Amino acid sequence: MSKYLLNKFLYTVDRDPELVERYREDPAGTVAWWEEEIANSILNCHSREKSTWLVFSEEERDVLVRQDHVRLFELGAHPFLTLTLFIAMFERDHGPLEYQIAYGQALAQVPLPYPDIAT
Amino acid sequence: MATVAAVIASTHHPFYYRASTSTGDDRPPFADEWQAKIETFRETLTRAEPDVLVMVGSDHFHQLWLDNMPQFLVGKAPHYDANWYNEEREFGLPRFRLDGDEELSQHILRGGLDRDFDLAFSNELRIDHSITCPIITLRPQADLPIVPVYTNIFAPPLPQPKRFVQLGRAIRDLVESWESDKRVAIIGTGHLSLELGGPRQFGEHGPDPDFDRKAVEWIANGDIDGCCGEVTLDSLHLPGNATHGFMDFMLMMGVAGQGVKADHVDSLDLFHTMEAYFTWYPEGALS
Repeated sequence: MSKYLLNKFLYTVDRDPELVERYREDPAGTVAWWEEEIANSILNCHSREKSTWLVFSEEERDVLVRQDHVRLFELGAHPFLTLTLFIAMFERDHGPLEYQIAYGQALAQVPLPYPDIAT
Repeated sequence: MATVAAVIASTHHPFYYRASTSTGDDRPPFADEWQAKIETFRETLTRAEPDVLVMVGSDHFHQLWLDNMPQFLVGKAPHYDANWYNEEREFGLPRFRLDGDEELSQHILRGGLDRDFDLAFSNELRIDHSITCPIITLRPQADLPIVPVYTNIFAPPLPQPKRFVQLGRAIRDLVESWESDKRVAIIGTGHLSLELGGPRQFGEHGPDPDFDRKAVEWIANGDIDGCCGEVTLDSLHLPGNATHGFMDFMLMMGVAGQGVKADHVDSLDLFHTMEAYFTWYPEGALS
């Protein structure tokens, strides 16, 4: 299980306006493309250099394809990254703060202490 | 030697800019009171007549990422671009550019390293809303050079709370030992209780009003010992999952000094989180 790679997905998609739209419209295609092309990019590094070992587990891939923010929270993905990206994708379909409040309510069953987010 | 003209600690609320600039039906009901409190707070900095601002904040996964994460970082650059695409998108924050004071950056880096703080540095740093929010609230003309100091309150493993206090004390000493006739304001922003991306977010108040009341008391009274006696890395999970941002307030308590009461204290209970504003005048009250 790689919290780091989940976070890397959320981070790189959130910071690219085209990828935000692409992930909203085509989650499965975006996750597959991202794992093939971006997962092993070393950010802040010369583009020819890549890592060789980063890969999602089946569950991680599935959670990202289903855009399941509750399960991402339970897996220990960084909640700030998830929240920021999901607001960018879905707030537009709701009234003011409606999405943010529902997002929190969907997590109501998660007990304290929350899952560890350390990477 | 340089003079510490003011020590200022504040929450940084990215919604303030949009709330305070909105009009008519778009203007939220709490905006007038919020804006009035901010304008009073701004006057506490203006009155101190600063020449340079040391700005303590925390990058929110903008330039600093998990493949290379510093615990404490000092910017040393002639200029700093400000704000990022996702902050424009979510908060409507404007982009702008601030000048840097490289001489003071160099002094804090060298002096910090010599005092056993293994500070990271950056010669090309784009700052985010943890530093631009207090520019917007306290110095909207954005006309003073800055030295940004970033802390990691965001990506565990984090430094211990006491380390933030120690760094605050060191920054105060270093500014006061800078061979300059400039007046320096040291400004830092953090959070009281806060939940982001969890079940307690966006409530009618902050997630833990009891913690907030206690935290305001600690800060207003400079009660570092009381605060450090209760706050641990583990305990900060309880008031809300983003409450580790309170450690930047602890850093500022270190700057202000043990037992030193703030000269200006104010707060505002908003939905989602409580705002809090503190100013100390080390030269004596200027009010």
